[in-house]
Amino acid sequence: MLGRLSFADIPVDVPILVGTFLGVAIIGITVLGLITYYGKWGYLWKEWFTSVDHKRLAIMYVVVGLLALARGFADAIMMRTQLALAYAGNPGYLPPHHYDQIFSAHGTIMIFFMAMVIMTALFNLIVPLQIGARDVAFPFLNNLSFWMTTVAFALINLSLFVGEFSQCGWLAYPPLSETQFSPGVGVDYYIWAVQLSGVGTLLTGVNFFVTIVKMRAPGMTWMKLPVFCWTALCACVLIMVAFPVLTVAVALLGLDRYFGMHFFTNDGGGNQMLYLDLIWAWGHPEVYILIIPAFGVFSEVVPTFSEKPLFGYATMVYATCAIMVLSFLVWVHHFFTMGAGADVNAFFGIMTMVISIPTGVKLFNWMFTMYKGRVEFHATMYWAIGFMITFSIGGMTGVMMAIPAADFVLHNSLFLIAHFHNVIIGGVYFGYVCGMNFWAPKALGFKFNEAWGKRAFWCWFVGFYVAFMPLYVLGFDGMTRRMNHYDNPAWYPWMLVAEVGAVLIFFGIACQLIQIYVSIRDRNLAENVDVTGDPWNARSLEWSTSSPPPPYNFAIIPHIHELDAFMHDKENGIDTRHAGGPYEPIHMPKNTAAGFFIGAFSFVLGFAAIWYIWWLAAIALVGVFATVIARSANHDVDYYIPAEEVARIENEHSRKLMAQAAE
Amino acid sequence: MSNDHSAHSESGHGGAGAYAIGFVLAVILTAASFMIVMGHSLSPSGTLMAISVLAAIQVVVHLIFFLHMNTTAEAKWNNNVFFFTLMFVAIFIIGTMFIMTNTAEHMMSR
Repeated sequence: MLGRLSFADIPVDVPILVGTFLGVAIIGITVLGLITYYGKWGYLWKEWFTSVDHKRLAIMYVVVGLLALARGFADAIMMRTQLALAYAGNPGYLPPHHYDQIFSAHGTIMIFFMAMVIMTALFNLIVPLQIGARDVAFPFLNNLSFWMTTVAFALINLSLFVGEFSQCGWLAYPPLSETQFSPGVGVDYYIWAVQLSGVGTLLTGVNFFVTIVKMRAPGMTWMKLPVFCWTALCACVLIMVAFPVLTVAVALLGLDRYFGMHFFTNDGGGNQMLYLDLIWAWGHPEVYILIIPAFGVFSEVVPTFSEKPLFGYATMVYATCAIMVLSFLVWVHHFFTMGAGADVNAFFGIMTMVISIPTGVKLFNWMFTMYKGRVEFHATMYWAIGFMITFSIGGMTGVMMAIPAADFVLHNSLFLIAHFHNVIIGGVYFGYVCGMNFWAPKALGFKFNEAWGKRAFWCWFVGFYVAFMPLYVLGFDGMTRRMNHYDNPAWYPWMLVAEVGAVLIFFGIACQLIQIYVSIRDRNLAENVDVTGDPWNARSLEWSTSSPPPPYNFAIIPHIHELDAFMHDKENGIDTRHAGGPYEPIHMPKNTAAGFFIGAFSFVLGFAAIWYIWWLAAIALVGVFATVIARSANHDVDYYIPAEEVARIENEHSRKLMAQAAE
Repeated sequence: MSNDHSAHSESGHGGAGAYAIGFVLAVILTAASFMIVMGHSLSPSGTLMAISVLAAIQVVVHLIFFLHMNTTAEAKWNNNVFFFTLMFVAIFIIGTMFIMTNTAEHMMSR
């Protein structure tokens, strides 16, 4: 009846997990209780969960991303603490069975559910606003993407309390991930979480690609497209090309596990090396999917806070496109040591080094943008400058590892760990935090607290160096990744330093949470409210609307004359908003619950398939198809906002603008 | 999502006639493949070659008659995206063959 699920699968004998469960249960019951007490369920359902408004989905994505950050960081600091203890005969506090699940979960969650989710949040918030569109091309799919990603994240967290998670690292290499060596449900949790979130990501990629190609405001030719939208476009192309490869690779692994096939088994004619080829053909573009939008964020932030146009817009665009194509030609550098000959390794090593050229172009563009600009040291600029320094170091260690001969020494050592955290924290994470600070007023209508933002930056910046520079040293000293305990006295002091760094990063995250709390608490103070919708005197179109923007974004679709359209209008005294109308009724998509139900049925499907509860899986699959068909047959999906309503909202905003100008 | 600003511009759907032609061609090509294999009329390598060619033609038929690829101006983006996809698929397949054959030689694997 319940497949292989039994009470023995609930890990009541692991005190850490019982404690975590109690903590999660208490927080969960408190939150649910408060929502019920204040009677907000209807509001949440009608205005948020079923919303197809890209700005609301962005905020929900950020909430999920921050939860994932908390979970992923909890895993990280547990690993660091284990390695600060497990020295010279001390086994530490995490047995290998548990430790291996933690490092697998850390990588999977940080990439799929922290970085990807916050990136999607920025796409949602900014792309339609920057191109002068009223929504994305497929609003319902946008809501569906959110729920597929969210249920996948829920599924991965369920593995904490029901069964176990994968112990095979974040990419589940066979043969270890095959049934023979991993008979439990851990890898199945991994497979279903990755596949469900993959559906959401692929739909996001298609959605935003079509939005940028088809829905730009009149006059916005390609070379007038803001750089963030260019980077979003390139990331979407990479998503559309790379994610199907991941889906196939993981599906083949699933066929091995569920149906006893032999794609990647050692016996029966399989070849586990092909899995490495497939997974990295996705995995390398994936890291560029994450970093390219971060480049876009900096390309918006640096000009705004230097009060200058971006230096070398065209080279920035070409560099982005070059990186997009080149990122598909380097994937072997993740497995130089697998056994290919010098021909293969030399080709991919050189291609890897070539990528550093367009990336270098970008760095110089940002620096020349700041050069002779009036640089305002706002908290967002801290993250941007911190990124330039940190990412350069990470890039250079990457070029070191791109030399195949050097990689044979460094492969799978802590040097590698230090390198990719150097680029992912110093590039991706700094970029996304920078973006969240920059666009918070647009999303929420009030500015983030700057003092706490700077404190968060310093804790993260210093914490990063203290936590990861020792790992470079340890890599040279021969310490390998994923090690549970060790007895080399030379490594021990460095591990202690790294632990201190992890604690500093903990303070950084705490400062960020305090920043959010303080900002919400002080949101009505005069210096924090964003009345004009343009708090930074910024350049692109999203700042021409009110903050937060009305549901339809633009009452009258603006006409684009120049790059940096909004700045051009401001300098030439053109009213981008066309205040005063005349207004027309605006055609908008209706909210829908279909995305939520498809997500919920998919969650049940994943859970049932993980535990071999086939009758439940069949019901859930029928539920998914029934919801899709019902949604497809429903033609009542749109409505018109009457012109009077548009005029009322717009006049209200004009009144506020005039009151602000009069002060 | 006003009318002049929609993502849903229709581009050259051929109507029932095109679908019928496509269907007939697809059936003929599929039947021909089965006949070649079941009739044992060609050598094994010849059979492989013949059905590969038929499969390639089948792909083209599907693209033109079912996915409405054509050379009109509205279809420019379809074609761009298609050739871009071809490029990436080529990179991926040729790259994989390059890597895996080379690795197989060195590792004496399959």
